[in-house]
Amino acid sequence: MSDTPHIFAPSASFDIAAGPSRRDMARAAREDLLLGLSMWRLCWSLALLDIKLRYRGSVIGPFWLTLSTGVMIGSMGFLYAALFHMELHKYFPFLALSIVLWNFIAALVAEACQCYILAEGLIRSVRMPITLYAGRVVLRNLLVLAHNVVVIVVVDAVTLNTPTLTWLLAIPAIMLWLLLSFAVVLLLGALCARFRDIPPIVGSVMQMAFFVSGVIWHPSQLVKYEYLLVLNPFYSMLEILRAPLLGEVPTLAVYASALGYAVLTVSLTTLLFVRVRGRIAFWV
Amino acid sequence: MTAELLVENLSLDFPLYHGSARSLKKTVIGNMTGRMGADTHHRVVVQALRDISFHLTPGDKLGLVGRNGAGKTTLLRALAGIYEPQVGRVRMQGSLNALLDPNLGMNVELTGRENIALRGHYNRLPLAAIRRLEDDVADFAELGDFIDLPVRIYSSGMIVRLGFALATAIRPQVLLMDEWFLAGDANFLEKARGRLEDLVRGAEILVLSTHLSSVIEQWCSRVIWLDQGRVRADGPVADVLAEYHAAA
Repeated sequence: MSDTPHIFAPSASFDIAAGPSRRDMARAAREDLLLGLSMWRLCWSLALLDIKLRYRGSVIGPFWLTLSTGVMIGSMGFLYAALFHMELHKYFPFLALSIVLWNFIAALVAEACQCYILAEGLIRSVRMPITLYAGRVVLRNLLVLAHNVVVIVVVDAVTLNTPTLTWLLAIPAIMLWLLLSFAVVLLLGALCARFRDIPPIVGSVMQMAFFVSGVIWHPSQLVKYEYLLVLNPFYSMLEILRAPLLGEVPTLAVYASALGYAVLTVSLTTLLFVRVRGRIAFWV
Repeated sequence: MTAELLVENLSLDFPLYHGSARSLKKTVIGNMTGRMGADTHHRVVVQALRDISFHLTPGDKLGLVGRNGAGKTTLLRALAGIYEPQVGRVRMQGSLNALLDPNLGMNVELTGRENIALRGHYNRLPLAAIRRLEDDVADFAELGDFIDLPVRIYSSGMIVRLGFALATAIRPQVLLMDEWFLAGDANFLEKARGRLEDLVRGAEILVLSTHLSSVIEQWCSRVIWLDQGRVRADGPVADVLAEYHAAA
């Protein structure tokens, strides 16, 4: 027995009734979300430790991410600018933004698939809000993104891509990105926990999406087919954030497409999450 | 808040997806063709718990006995709110600590201090309490300077002490305990006994799953005998244990 005063567990009551109505399920899902938000401190610690663990023992740590992204963009930039006959000072800021943002999307989606599967031990031994696990994946990838933003800043400084008023348009875009990231992790996390075939499918879809979404080639290169790009949700989401930071205003079609796909995804996620929240512990 | 643990008609099925129904193909095809539809409906399920009811109020110390696979651990998980029931209801009031997994969330790559802080966060402790948790746990587990080194390099004895110290440091009103917890070498148990008894005495409600009659006789006031997911007997310690041993 120790001399330190006792540490009491805070109250954590719950009342789970089976076969509840849709309304009860929705309420339970809402409570899960609120509790998850209130536990942001744990979420942050978990995300931070994930990153720390990945790079424990390495001298420059997570800045390897910055370095490898920088090298990749540096080497690709000259090649593709030449291939596409584009001016370096226009192509480099475009490529830096595209690659960094795409890396975020790709890593987020890949880790979303493992969101619950990897947290199996925790999920099965302590009652915690399911949304917390999704928040952890989002935060972890935001931390990675923060390291890569350095590359964008350096490229912008070298190519004199200075902030303009259009940069303000990036703010609502970032909000939409955050919301959508969270929804995508919740959605894919649950689907992949239930159906183990989905992660490889997602993997190949993402690989294809990289080539068709205007990440390394500029949308204007499509000339008369450019208008078709808004059918691709990856392109629209990329464009609403990328264009403002390059001093352009995204077209209305791009905004409509991004918003439309976002509303669709968030609604789908909400419906699914309300239904399966209580089942995830059985699936992992 | 007064502690309470109410279980009403709790039933729980455990779906086994690994066998047949887990793949997307089967479900999609199963939904498309009538013949294979039976597959998704008749997926393999284990009837883990059937129609269990009891009501525990402060002072109740319940022991769970039963053979391996009788549903003891599943019941504890349902009580902890981890498995949500398909039928029935589980209501818990107060604070809860479920000692189910000896290495709950322990990551051997993290340092002792990081593991302790994480546990504090899992239990939603305020920062000041987490500092005290660090002192308390490091003290009991005799970590010394090892606290800032990765758990990976700890001796096995140290890891056991750390896991035990973490699990027993936070005092809940409702304590759920699985039998692994009473395992360990004699030397360690001697040291741990006082701390564990302290924790058990401090809890208002205890649910303990074990094979050891001696532990139940010492700590429990009521016993439920689980057999194939159902309550086979429920009553005072001596009666139920006698019946259980007679059948075994």
